[in-house]
Amino acid sequence: MIPMRQNLTEAPAGISYFVGDNDVLRNLGAVPAKEPFSDDVLDFLNEVSKMLMADSRSKLYSDVITFAFWIRRGSTSKLRERFERSDGNFRLGRGAVFHIAPSNVPVNYAYSLAAGLLTGNANVVRIPSKDFPQVEIINEAIEKALMTDSGKAMRDRVCLIRYGREREINDYLSNLADVRIIWGGDETIAEIRKSPLRPRAGEITFADRFSVAIINSNAYLSIRNKSKTAEDFYNDTYFTDQNACTSPRIVIWTGNKIDEAKSLFWAELHKLVSEKYRFQPIQAVNKLTSACLLAAAYSGVKIEPSTDNLIIRCKIGEVYDGLMDFKDNSGFFFEYDCADIMSLRDLFNDTRCQTVAYIGEPETLIPLLKTGVKGIDRIVPVGKAMDFDLIWDGYELCERLTRTLILS
Amino acid sequence: MSFDELLQIPPYSLGREDKERLLTVRLLELTERHRAGCSRYARILDSTGFDPAKVKDLSGFPFLPVRLFKELSLKSVPQENIVKTMTSSGTTGQAVSKIYLDRITSFNQQKAMIKIVSDFTGSSRMPMIIIDCPSVVKDRNMFSARGAGILGFSMFGSKRIYALNDDMELDTEALRGFLDEHANRPILLFGFTFMIWQHFYKELIRLGDQGITFDLSNGIIIHGGGWKKLVSESVSQEEFRTHLRDVCGLDKIHDYYGMVEQTGCIYMQCEYGHMHASVFSDVIMRRPLDFAPCRVGEKGIIQVLSSIPESYPGHSILTEDEGVLLGEDDCPCGRKGKYFEIVGRLKNAEIRGCSDTYAAKFN
Repeated sequence: MIPMRQNLTEAPAGISYFVGDNDVLRNLGAVPAKEPFSDDVLDFLNEVSKMLMADSRSKLYSDVITFAFWIRRGSTSKLRERFERSDGNFRLGRGAVFHIAPSNVPVNYAYSLAAGLLTGNANVVRIPSKDFPQVEIINEAIEKALMTDSGKAMRDRVCLIRYGREREINDYLSNLADVRIIWGGDETIAEIRKSPLRPRAGEITFADRFSVAIINSNAYLSIRNKSKTAEDFYNDTYFTDQNACTSPRIVIWTGNKIDEAKSLFWAELHKLVSEKYRFQPIQAVNKLTSACLLAAAYSGVKIEPSTDNLIIRCKIGEVYDGLMDFKDNSGFFFEYDCADIMSLRDLFNDTRCQTVAYIGEPETLIPLLKTGVKGIDRIVPVGKAMDFDLIWDGYELCERLTRTLILS
Repeated sequence: MSFDELLQIPPYSLGREDKERLLTVRLLELTERHRAGCSRYARILDSTGFDPAKVKDLSGFPFLPVRLFKELSLKSVPQENIVKTMTSSGTTGQAVSKIYLDRITSFNQQKAMIKIVSDFTGSSRMPMIIIDCPSVVKDRNMFSARGAGILGFSMFGSKRIYALNDDMELDTEALRGFLDEHANRPILLFGFTFMIWQHFYKELIRLGDQGITFDLSNGIIIHGGGWKKLVSESVSQEEFRTHLRDVCGLDKIHDYYGMVEQTGCIYMQCEYGHMHASVFSDVIMRRPLDFAPCRVGEKGIIQVLSSIPESYPGHSILTEDEGVLLGEDDCPCGRKGKYFEIVGRLKNAEIRGCSDTYAAKFN
C-alpha cells in the first residue's frame, strides 16, 4: 500500500465539476505518479481520440480534429520516441498538476491536460469559462473514454472544473499542486500567484507574448496554391481573432518582389476572411483607433488603403521602439519591408517575442539568432503557429512535469 | 469662414445643399487649422494620405475615433490659450476624454447651444429646476460631462434650484416652494435621463401613493445622457415619456444627444421624437464593414461633425454609438437638416485569445 497524502480539508464550495468530482479532487495529491508515456495513458488518450473522431459534431471544429490527431496513438508514440531519454536515469511524473486554461481559447485546456497525463501526472484543470461547443464535445469524449476498460484506471487522474475567481479555491488548488500551469496573461499570473505553492512545487507560466510572420516575397510568389497559404495564415491569425500569443501581429517582407507578393497575398486573404470571419462592428472602430494611435505616435506610418475594415494594415518605416505596445487583434497588421534581416534585432530581442511563422528559408534567420536575442522560442512555417508541442514557449514540458531519479 | 457667419443663420433653416456647402468650407478650414496646430493630428492625416483637394462633401472628411481623446492629449493651440479642460464622465478607473478649450471655442459652444435650445424653449429665460444635486458642479477646474451639461443648460434658467440634495434625495419642500413662487409660468427642467428616472420619477410615484403630488404641466423638460441604464431596467423611451406625463403632467419632453467631445452641438429631439442636426453640425451613419455612408433607414455607426472646435481636432469624430438616419429636410416638425434616432452603444467585441484567463474580470 502506498502511503496516501490526503488533502485534509474539503474542497471549498463554488467549484462545478465537468469531469470527475469532489472525491477525485480531494484525492488528487495521493494518486501515484507514473512514468512518462506509459502505455495505459497512451491507450486512454487514443480512446479519447477515437471518441472524438466518431462524434459527428467534431467535423465542424477543426481545432477538435487537430487535437484528436495529436493524441492518437501514432502521434503520442512519436512523442515518446522524441522525449524518452536513455541516460539510465529513472523518470516519474511530479504528482498533481493544477492547470489554469485560458477562458477564451476552446481547446487549449485539453492539450494541457494531455501533456499532464503523458508525463505521468494527476490533473485538475480549470476549463474555459465560456460554453464553447468544442469543450462540450471534448469533455463528453473524455467522460466516455473514462468508462471504458482502459479508461477506468485514469479516473482519479482527470478532474475538469470551473469556478469564478475565488481566491479561496485558487489557494486550495495551489496548495494541492506539485506543479501549477498558468496559461496566459501577465495579469492572470499576478493574480494566481497570490496563492502560494508548497515549497517543492514548481510552476510554468505562459506570459503575454506576441508573434511575427516573415515572408520571403519570391518564395511566396513561387507557391502554386496561394489559397492554401491564405488558409494557413488565416488559421494562425483570424482563427483566434489574431489574439493568441502565437498570432503574428506584424508581417515582415523580404526578397525583391515585395509589392507584387503583397498585393496577391492580401487579396487571397481578403477573399477568405470575407467568407469565413465573423466580423463584429466594434472591431472596425477598435482597429481604426489602433491605427490612429500608431500614426500619431510615429512619423512615417502609412495606413494602407483598403476596401473594407476586415484587414487593416499599417506600413511602418522602421521597427519602432515600442511598436508592439500598439498591437491590436481581429485583423490588424503592422507591415514592414525588410532589406536587412539584422534590422529586426530589437524586435527579436524582446522577451515577449514568441513565434516566427515563415514562408521561405528559415535558415536566413540564424545569423540574427546567433547575435544572442532574448526572444523567439519557435520558428515554424505559416499555418503551424498554433500547433501544440511538448516544447512550448521555450519550456520543455516533459522536463518541467517530471522528476529525474538518479540510478547509479 | 468664421463661426459667426454660421451663427447668423437660424439653426434649422438650411436645406441640404446650402448646409453641405457651408459646412464643407468651414470644416476644410478647421482640418487645415488642426493639421497645422496639432502634430499628432497631422501625422494621422499623413498616414492616410489625406488630400483636402479631394473632399467634395461632408462625407469626405477623415474622422478620429472618439477613444483617441481618451488615449491622447490632442490640442491645436498653445497651452497658455487653454481656458478650460473638459472631461467625459467615465466610471471609476476608466480613461476619460480630455477636451481642451480656448476662449473662442468655449464661447462658440455656448452660442451654438443657445441657438439650438432656444428653438425649442423660446428665447426668454425661464425658472429652472435642475434634477441633480448641487455638488456635481462644485469643482470647476475639472468639468465632468454631467457638471458641464448642467452648467451649459443653466444659461436658460432665470432662477434655478437643484431638486436633489447631495444625498440624491428629492427636496420636496424646496420644489413646492419654487413651484408656488412660479405658478402658471413655463418652467424648464433639466437632468440626466437616468437621474430623472431614479431620483425624481420614482420618488414622485412614492409620494403620490401618500397623496402628495406636484403639477408640472407648465414644464418643459430636457434630458440627456443616454438610455443604457434605463434599458437595463427595461424602461423604453415611450414608457419614460408616458410615465413622466402621468405622474406630474409633464408633456414637453425632449431628449438630446451630445457628447463632451463636441459640446455645444447637441442634437435635440423634436415633438415627433426625432433627433435633429442643426446648421452647426451634422451626422453621418456609417456601415461598420467599410465605413461607407448608410442609406436612410439603415443602422450605422454615428460620425459627428461640428463646426465649433478650433482648439482641438474634434470637428469630425467617429463615435461608438449606433443610429439610424430617418430623413433630411422633411421632418413633420418643420425643422430642416438631418433627423435620426439613436440605437445605442456598439456591443463590445467577443475576442478569442489566450491572455485573458482572469484579467477581463478584474478590469
